[in-house]
Amino acid sequence: MLDAEPKPLVQVRNLKMYFPIHSGLMRRHSGDVKAVDDVSFEIRQGETLGLVGESGCGKSTVGRAILRLYEPTAGSVVIDGDEVPALSAEALRKKRPVMQMVFQDPQASLNPRMTVADIIREPLDEHTTLSRDEKLARVYELMDQVGLNRAFANRYPYAFSGGQRQRIGIARALALNPKFIVCDEPIAALDVSIQAQVVNLLEDLQERLGLTYLFISHDLSMVRHIADRVAVMYLGQIAEISPRDALYARPLHPYAEALLSAVPEPDPSREGARQRIILRGDVPSPANPPRGCNFCTRCPKVMPICREVEPRLIEAEPGRQVACHLVNPSPG
Amino acid sequence: MPDGAKPVLEVRGLKTVFRTRSGEVHAVNDVSFSLRPGELLGVVGESGSGKSVTMMSLIGLLPSPPADVCGGQVLLGGTDLLKARPEELRKVRGARIGFVFQDPMTSLNPVFTVGSQIMEPLRVHKGMSKPEAEARAVELLELVGIPDARKRLKSYPHQFSGGMRQRVMIAIALACDPEVLIADEPTTALDVTIQAQILELVKELRQKLGMAIIWITHDLGVIAGIADRVMVMYGGQVAEQGPVREVFGQPQHPYTRALLRTIPKLSGAREGRLAAIEGQPPILSAAPTACPFAARCAHAFDRCRTENPARRGVDGLPVGAGHDVACHWTAPAPSEAAHA
Repeated sequence: MLDAEPKPLVQVRNLKMYFPIHSGLMRRHSGDVKAVDDVSFEIRQGETLGLVGESGCGKSTVGRAILRLYEPTAGSVVIDGDEVPALSAEALRKKRPVMQMVFQDPQASLNPRMTVADIIREPLDEHTTLSRDEKLARVYELMDQVGLNRAFANRYPYAFSGGQRQRIGIARALALNPKFIVCDEPIAALDVSIQAQVVNLLEDLQERLGLTYLFISHDLSMVRHIADRVAVMYLGQIAEISPRDALYARPLHPYAEALLSAVPEPDPSREGARQRIILRGDVPSPANPPRGCNFCTRCPKVMPICREVEPRLIEAEPGRQVACHLVNPSPG
Repeated sequence: MPDGAKPVLEVRGLKTVFRTRSGEVHAVNDVSFSLRPGELLGVVGESGSGKSVTMMSLIGLLPSPPADVCGGQVLLGGTDLLKARPEELRKVRGARIGFVFQDPMTSLNPVFTVGSQIMEPLRVHKGMSKPEAEARAVELLELVGIPDARKRLKSYPHQFSGGMRQRVMIAIALACDPEVLIADEPTTALDVTIQAQILELVKELRQKLGMAIIWITHDLGVIAGIADRVMVMYGGQVAEQGPVREVFGQPQHPYTRALLRTIPKLSGAREGRLAAIEGQPPILSAAPTACPFAARCAHAFDRCRTENPARRGVDGLPVGAGHDVACHWTAPAPSEAAHA
């Protein structure tokens, strides 16, 4: 590639992921939980896109839907040139090595009855024709890469701490030389002192292997550290996508602003001086989102138009997309 | 902070050991602290640091066996709770000491209405009649900011959101006007915007009611915003303790320093690489004979591996009164062992 601008490795257009609600005696389809409702973004080669939001906003569902761990309801997902939702089962299997995932809970995502070597080797068994010795050599190489002692290759997951288990999960994700990794809350289950170890590892690997990350997290200060650009989600939709520094310095969407102001900082002198925006009430149900802007029930800056017309995500400033009537003069 | 006032709660040399068939865990080791009237003491530490077990030990909430609270004193207004009979302890719990736990869903009973759960301590501890208790329950729900309080008494826990449930838990904890409120990771299960609501509520309630609070959390940011004093725990011991501004501003213990450095900032210059604390927390299978942080400490020297450091004041005040730390490295080197 000789282009000055690296081209997007991942392009998501109008992604929708609805989960049907069945009710009544006949289990009739009576509605949908709109977990992801019309989400579009792209991730450039070698870039880390942070995806933040509170529980239930649909951020994990986005990660799972683009890797087709769920069958998306609608929309287009192009990863490294292929339209993922359209792939046949066999073609999808062949595509899997390119796109991998690191899960939140290393306890639940590692088979307790397999040894570390078995866990890391499984993708190699499934997708390569390497010999037994070659596979073992690759397993050792991966263990070195993520900082696990080779001597522990025949141990079981229970013998490892949370941070080490997360390293096993990362080694497994790396086994097939992927280009794109979805990291779904990879540090949420870890203690503070261990979080930094795992994040440093992810950054080192990115630099060495040229990986592209979708980093899903609710930890806004960690996302500021690791991400190049950040998408803020609320109730199944993207409120704002901005380059990291721009977002943290001056969030444009009122939700992004409130979210950032709510994060407590470990600095008593700063904490005393901060103006905190306290949002009223709770997040509405994604089965029954409000009319108009989905943030209108809690927005401190709500206007009459917000309760009527849904704002579209459009470019507010170069490189910054925002879905808000305050920022975007409404069309017509 | 009302200095010099008699502490409402005083803990001296608390020790808790779990004895199981597969060995012992020395979860709490010689922990001492005091809580002054109206004060908010933040207790921080990672999982396994002993912060929750310390608080559970205070009021006999640990199942025994395997837990054995084998040493120390817990003085609440002159009486030693560790020597109290079970029925005396029952009169303290929920009445003089209130609790809020991390997960409001599992700590509320799903088959009883919220109203009956708020009224229970009032009827048991205060001997209120049903109508009295009901009136007080409405008052309490209003106090914690639940709209439409009278109607909501008849709701069940599942009909509340996470943040609202935590408000209910706080209402129950406050029902009998406790002298001390112990909150164990009360906002950890909540989203940040909901956490901000609860923190705001606690600040308000402190002004209105003036009870003393112990707030356990792993989130240093939360502590920075609400605590007067902070106690940093590591490996079942108190590593550092002092006024919140001093501990965050001039952290003494290498663990506190490392912990503060390891958290990325939300504003200001971005750090290039996070300062991780390498290694793992200790396994507390025996009574400590060394500093529990020695294996991960960048400054550890021989003495740290052979002698568990005692707490010592860093500002000339006695231990517990001002800012203190348990560390050989930050200690002024004793002349006889100038360099070990």
